[in-house]
Amino acid sequence: MTIKKLLIANRGEIAVRIIRAARELGIKTVQVHSTADAESLAVKLADESVAIGPPQAAKSYLSIPAIIDAAKKTGADAVHPGYGFLAENAEFADACAVAALVFVGPSANAIRMMGDKVAAREAAMRAGVPTVPGSDGRVDDLETARRVIAETGFPIMIKAAAGGGGRGIRIATTQEEFDRLVPQAKAEALAAFGDGGLYLEKVIERARHIEVQILGDGHRAIHCFERECSLQRRRQKVWEEAPSVSLPESVRRKLCASAVSLAESVHYSGAGTLEYLYDDASGDFYFIEMNTRIQVEHPVTEFITGVDLVREMLRIAGGEKLRLKQSDIAIKGHAIEVRINAEDPAQNFMPAPGTVATLRVPGGNGVRFDTLLYQGYAIPPFYDSLLGKLIVWDEDRPAAIARLTRALNELEIGGVKTTRPLHLALAGDPSVQKADFHTRWLEGWLEANATKLAAE
Amino acid sequence: MPKQILSPLPGTFYRRPAPDQPMYKNEGDSVAVGDVIGLIEVMKSFNEVKATEAGKIVKFLAENEDAVMAGQPLAELA
Repeated sequence: MTIKKLLIANRGEIAVRIIRAARELGIKTVQVHSTADAESLAVKLADESVAIGPPQAAKSYLSIPAIIDAAKKTGADAVHPGYGFLAENAEFADACAVAALVFVGPSANAIRMMGDKVAAREAAMRAGVPTVPGSDGRVDDLETARRVIAETGFPIMIKAAAGGGGRGIRIATTQEEFDRLVPQAKAEALAAFGDGGLYLEKVIERARHIEVQILGDGHRAIHCFERECSLQRRRQKVWEEAPSVSLPESVRRKLCASAVSLAESVHYSGAGTLEYLYDDASGDFYFIEMNTRIQVEHPVTEFITGVDLVREMLRIAGGEKLRLKQSDIAIKGHAIEVRINAEDPAQNFMPAPGTVATLRVPGGNGVRFDTLLYQGYAIPPFYDSLLGKLIVWDEDRPAAIARLTRALNELEIGGVKTTRPLHLALAGDPSVQKADFHTRWLEGWLEANATKLAAE
Repeated sequence: MPKQILSPLPGTFYRRPAPDQPMYKNEGDSVAVGDVIGLIEVMKSFNEVKATEAGKIVKFLAENEDAVMAGQPLAELA
């Protein structure tokens, strides 16, 4: 192992997750933190910690000079960016290279290419991966746009080339609406991402969100099968599982092979995820984007394959070849993850920071709780509302749902409103139990069940 | 005790709707009940801060982008 001291350029549950993986490999850890996170679990667990700025992320976790400086000061030789913050920032990867630090992730070029959603779409097409019908590249004039629409029809999505993760998307249902939205979308994309480039994609109605986990070492890539994340609210994932019970074996094989082919075609190194829309009526799947980082929902894949993804990321970044062959990876059983957020489902998911008065963590066979919480912790209001992820594994999906319900009933976070009641209600819902859902299903369900949730 | 507008939530205080837009209110401006004087960002969600009393803003007690606690005075009214 060439990495000796790893700096974690993130916070929260993923920082804790990375510290654990590093420690098991004998790597020392440095946790950077804002002043609001001085008492965080990650700071307490790491070998060393360095304060890098005030609470606002823009001045701390997003400050490239402050993070590079902390690495130099502590003698760290590698940086793990986690997810969010600087994880998909090519300039940060470049800055690490300039400072002779190993960036635990793909090359800056791979980040740049996949971060430009149009370039990613083109790379997918070149690798023979089906993409959502739409524009060939960026759409610069209304004439090209009209030609695309003549083929796809309405509704159509206007997406920012520099967007991703559900941001920078508008849907037009008529030509008038389209003509009105395009200039708005351009201006907004320019302001938000510094790039006003737009592209068009047909709206796939009633699609499932399916994504493939891959690992690459720059030469060879393998997949660790798929996850299904169709239960979303405002395009944010709420409940994730692996494998997807909606995929026939023949489609699974094609889908996973397409992900490996795209990853190898860009010489991908590290852990990455290719996201697809899947139409279970036709059996067609379409690539939408690639995330060049570890994802929040990675533990469901770890449960069904037995692969420790963060450990493999660290080994690859340390210069090792991929240790696993495709034939080493098999699906065993079923895993489900639910996101425990500091939000009140009874009050339209109003954020609810507070102090953890009591904490009872669920346990037992097949139960994992990745969290940033401890008893007495004051949850800062400055960051994401994710408090933890409850992940369960069992022999099959019905058993996993029963185990999830049992574990949710054990979980007790005193003094803070969380999304636990939402997950209990979902676990008891007949449609969820039959996996009869699509990416817009949850929003309809939330409207229909608003009064029930308010009464909890 | 001068009249004050308090932060309803903990988080980051913003005095403008977006970085490229003008301030909601400046010192010396009059406010009516319900006028928006700023935003509090809490866990990536933005919540408007409204005046609960009418008056004239004498002085802001928190700067744009300051971290604030729930109940912390944001502005002083006369």
